[in-house]
Amino acid sequence: MNEIVLYSVLSIGSLGTLMALVLYIVAQRFKVIEDPRIDQVEDKLPGANCGGCGYAGCRNFAEEIVKAGTLEGFNCPPGGSEVLSEVASVLGLEAEEQESMVAVVLCSGSRQVAPPKTRFEGLNTCEFAHSLYAGLSGCPYGCLGEGDCVVSCNFDAMCMDENTGLPVIIEEKCVACGACVKACPRNIIELRKKGKKSRRIFVSCINREKGGVARKNCKVACIGCGRCVKECKFEAITLENNLAYIDFNKCTLCRKCPQECPTSAIHEINFPPRKPKEKKENKTAEA
Amino acid sequence: MKTFKTGGVHPPEKKFSENQPIEVLPLPETVSIPLSQHLGAPAVPVINKGDKVKTGQLIAKGESFISANIHSSVTGTVTKIDDVIDASGYRKKAVIIKVEEDQWDESIDTSDTLKKDCDLTSEDIVKKVNQMGIVGMGGAAFPSHVKLSVPKGKKAEYLLINGAECEPYLTSDHRLMLEKGEELMVGITIKMKALGVNKSVIGIEKNKPDAIEYLCELAKEYEGITVEPLKVKYPQGGEKQLIKALVNREVPSGKLPIEVGCIVHNVGTTFAVYEAVQKNKPLIERVVTVTGINIEKPSNLLARIGTPVSAIIEAAGGIPSNTGKVVSGGPMMGKALSNFEAPVTKGTSGILVFPKEASQRVTQLNCIRCAKCVNTCPMTLEPYLLALLSDKKRYEMCENNMIMDCIECGSCHYVCPSGRPLLDNIRVGKAKVGQVIRERK
Repeated sequence: MNEIVLYSVLSIGSLGTLMALVLYIVAQRFKVIEDPRIDQVEDKLPGANCGGCGYAGCRNFAEEIVKAGTLEGFNCPPGGSEVLSEVASVLGLEAEEQESMVAVVLCSGSRQVAPPKTRFEGLNTCEFAHSLYAGLSGCPYGCLGEGDCVVSCNFDAMCMDENTGLPVIIEEKCVACGACVKACPRNIIELRKKGKKSRRIFVSCINREKGGVARKNCKVACIGCGRCVKECKFEAITLENNLAYIDFNKCTLCRKCPQECPTSAIHEINFPPRKPKEKKENKTAEA
Repeated sequence: MKTFKTGGVHPPEKKFSENQPIEVLPLPETVSIPLSQHLGAPAVPVINKGDKVKTGQLIAKGESFISANIHSSVTGTVTKIDDVIDASGYRKKAVIIKVEEDQWDESIDTSDTLKKDCDLTSEDIVKKVNQMGIVGMGGAAFPSHVKLSVPKGKKAEYLLINGAECEPYLTSDHRLMLEKGEELMVGITIKMKALGVNKSVIGIEKNKPDAIEYLCELAKEYEGITVEPLKVKYPQGGEKQLIKALVNREVPSGKLPIEVGCIVHNVGTTFAVYEAVQKNKPLIERVVTVTGINIEKPSNLLARIGTPVSAIIEAAGGIPSNTGKVVSGGPMMGKALSNFEAPVTKGTSGILVFPKEASQRVTQLNCIRCAKCVNTCPMTLEPYLLALLSDKKRYEMCENNMIMDCIECGSCHYVCPSGRPLLDNIRVGKAKVGQVIRERK
């Protein structure tokens, strides 16, 4: 009896030791040397794998940034400059201050201002609707309202407004990863500079049709009249194909153009209510 | 009775207008003739604003190989060449002509007499078909001269004529076979000459016994032409299904019918070829079926290209009050119109008016894995899988599962007990995969 126990303990024990030895040798022989900083960088990243940086997930981003050894050309939209400076400290680099961005919907053709002329039945995705027809109101550039962008958002930063039929971006949650920009088949969503105190001025329309035609379908369409272009002293507004566009890098948020727009297609967001006119005009003149 | 083997459905036929002779629709006040009515590159206009044009005059030229000429369908003044809203609501370039009178171009023979003999060579016939802007009139509007020029190294054996008209409601081909039978026969002989084939089969579904009988009678006089009655089954009018039904050959995946020695033409196209070659008449008018459950006077109208759809519905008694949907084409493959002023094009085979209760889709439920769609698919695909893959954006897997073989007949959607939008999903996937394939080249 004792012998059986002894032999089995000995044989299994020696077998185990032998295997452990083999495993140890193999592990030593074929070990992969990985930069420990990759793990450290990955720890600092948000881990949403949104792809906003242009790489296949956070791990890939960490690998690439460690390999490059520089922050140039790397950006983590959801993490912003905070995360990037942490990453920089791991790599022993200095992070530059980065302008934070936010997604903006460039269409305000709600059901109220652009009343539906047709009814749509079928697969409820924008992709399909876009391939099928121009849209409920007839505007071939406007929002289709099926919510592909909302589905694409990984950060719960979008929802559809039941009333208007348009998507709404929740600014606090938006990390400007650009997933909705890619999801929209009509390129209605744009990433714009967040601006001081989240203040922004933009043309909320991408309709390139002639003024009269665009106006027929939607009351708040940009008609390409060019009044904002004339009004802007900073050459921030360009007019191309019957459509005005405000360059957010040049715009000084002087708030002159929204007043000029005859269709109120230019939106100003997060500004305090307008004060009496004269005071503001002096301010812009100084600027 | 011959038919294709795999899949297919048999929706209620509802051919209300089959006994209505073809009527000529009066000229509208203005016509807008789209520059892209066919598959391929849009035609380039050769006239200017303010020009006077005659009926049948060339107004736009198809410059690449896969394109088609476009002719004026009326006599009048060109008011503008501009974007007009088409059936989908998008803007497409079109020539708008104000109708003044109806004076035909001198070169066109407008008499009704049958001209049997054709002494043109096969190259000349193809050239003529190209000049006259003939396209496939079954719906896809593929330029006919491309189909009639057999590529090098291939040989055509059969010319198959599609008289199946498998879509419910539509009767334009049926009427054409009854009223223009002799012209069709001459058209077939012309095309046989162009292709260098000596066998031609006309496939007609057996719900058109009068047409089968009449064409059988006529075919006796013509060598090589036979008429084959077919079982009533949708989508028998599909090119690949018709080949399988008539000559029992299978077109390989991704290949054209010429691979198995067949060329398929529609009856409408055959009649247009007859008129083009024998009468010098370009494709400027076509038979359009206008029908529907509540339509006062279902009819078959000979309408000029560019006539607004509203004028056609008006001629059939106007739009009923409880209309929910107006479809251009057949009920299975047609597309709902978002605009009644959209013009009739070379590919418009019918205008269907559905009441509200018949036009709504059923509530969409979950897939119960019954595999009805798999059994029904005439291309032996798995529609539920393709729809799912496309929905999840797995386009590579879509391609591996042969999404490009889908003929978009809609049978899967028709049989689905859960009312799932299978074809809608597949269409999105097909468009994406097509894009990827084009970029790869």
